Amino acid sequence: MKLTDLLNKLFPQGHQVKVEGEVIWGSAATEAGEIAVIGTTDHAYIGVEIALALAAHVLDVMRHHPGRPIVMLVDTHGQRLSHRDELLGINGYLAHLAKCLELARLRGHKLISLVYSEAVSGGFLSFGLMADETYALRDAQVRVMNLAAMARVTKLPLERLEELSKDSPVFAPGVENYVKMGAVQSVWEGDLAQHLVAALQRPAEPDRRRELGLDRQGRKAAYKVAQQVRESALNG
Amino acid sequence: MIGMISRALKHSYYEANARSRILGLLDPDTFQELLPPQERVVSPHLETLGVPWAFDDGVIIGTGKLEKKSVLIAAQEGGFMGGAVGEVHGAKLTGLLERALKTQTDGVLLLIESGGVRLHEANAGLIAVSEIIRAVLAVRTAEIPVIALIGGTYGCFGGMGIVARCCDTVIMSEEGRLALSGPEVIETVMGVEEFDSRDRALVWRTTGGKHRYLLGDAQVLVDDDIAAFRQAASAALGTSQALTLEALEAEHAAFAKRLEAFGECPDALDIWSRLGITAPQGLPLLEAAEFLEAVAQRRAG
Repeated sequence: MKLTDLLNKLFPQGHQVKVEGEVIWGSAATEAGEIAVIGTTDHAYIGVEIALALAAHVLDVMRHHPGRPIVMLVDTHGQRLSHRDELLGINGYLAHLAKCLELARLRGHKLISLVYSEAVSGGFLSFGLMADETYALRDAQVRVMNLAAMARVTKLPLERLEELSKDSPVFAPGVENYVKMGAVQSVWEGDLAQHLVAALQRPAEPDRRRELGLDRQGRKAAYKVAQQVRESALNG
Repeated sequence: MIGMISRALKHSYYEANARSRILGLLDPDTFQELLPPQERVVSPHLETLGVPWAFDDGVIIGTGKLEKKSVLIAAQEGGFMGGAVGEVHGAKLTGLLERALKTQTDGVLLLIESGGVRLHEANAGLIAVSEIIRAVLAVRTAEIPVIALIGGTYGCFGGMGIVARCCDTVIMSEEGRLALSGPEVIETVMGVEEFDSRDRALVWRTTGGKHRYLLGDAQVLVDDDIAAFRQAASAALGTSQALTLEALEAEHAAFAKRLEAFGECPDALDIWSRLGITAPQGLPLLEAAEFLEAVAQRRAG
């Protein structure tokens, strides 16, 4: 969905959302109150500049609008692949962004992310996946890598991966797979503004993605393994 | 001669496997493993794909003592799928971090050696890394220090590169590498002109411990010696930095300054030169102690 259409559908009461390069920021009115909007557009590759700009907006919301919910609009093609970004320590910039979002959560800002176009790998990890809940539009794309590239890297036959991906949500791209694995709470269709209000009104919870993955039978091992490690007594 | 003898007695962290790193770091006979290989908690997905699996899914976790302090410890095994994070591997790390919130521990040591997400279970791996990030930050919020140790053969890349920088302290050796996208990945996608992954000197001065220490991405630089890592980890146990708005605003200013100061630099040598280091091209050759002396007061930030 185009960003302009998305903003109009999400915020029928009006919004003050600006686009600077590939970075989106501003505020909007909803039935659940005023919210902050932070995100990216045009399938942004997240490099050090964008990571820093996103973090700046998160810090700004914390400083000037304590407690205001943050709606994160996700459209990223992944991290920018360049020697320069690595030289400057892009992983640190992305970690900084993740820390800013975690602090916002701790300070009582509800964090909701919506994948409205693409969500790929590192760019998704330090931004959209930091939300209390992540949602996606039906035609959005979520992935680490497409199957053809995966086949090359893992040296597994593409046909085999395609066959297995019909029954397994574990490695193939797709919003539904991320729903089954518990990372995407649900898919939004129809009245987006109503979905948003409902999400804003949900009480914030601790990270429940493993539990959801188990309930939905897409990620059956993670919940139990983490629980065993957390709670098992040691002998001797 | 004495120098040579002490060098010969060093126990290389780089060449050790995950288990010997743990045993060398902790006080003798204090390591207790959680979900050891004999419990056979393995990846259900690798078997489906017909790919060899490991009884510990490539990560060893447990409890122990470091200089008599209680710690939780995890070590990724680069020898198994490059230490890549799959569903079970990731859940072991997340569970260990969450255990820190339930038990009175003095810190968590993460011996990271990983190429990032395991592509054979890519979605599960990506979500697992997200859960690890959240768990690291939750442990830090409880003011329990989380310490990343990086000095293994396979480096610390992908999502685990983000995890490392979420920790309170990063301890590296020069041999350690810390970045996001690996040089091979960048070369494959963007071309050899962008990043020549076979140019070892270039790779090391871009991602290696010395550069990371100079920029402030690593707080401690040690020799490639398990005893040196042990000493640094013990010292770091006392360092916990709460996530506060003031602290993150200061961090933000430092990252902005880094971008402004070095954003145009084509090579690490240019950055080192701008830091006021004389003869930057000689830095890669120095032992840790000589290096630390040469760069004293010259670090960024």
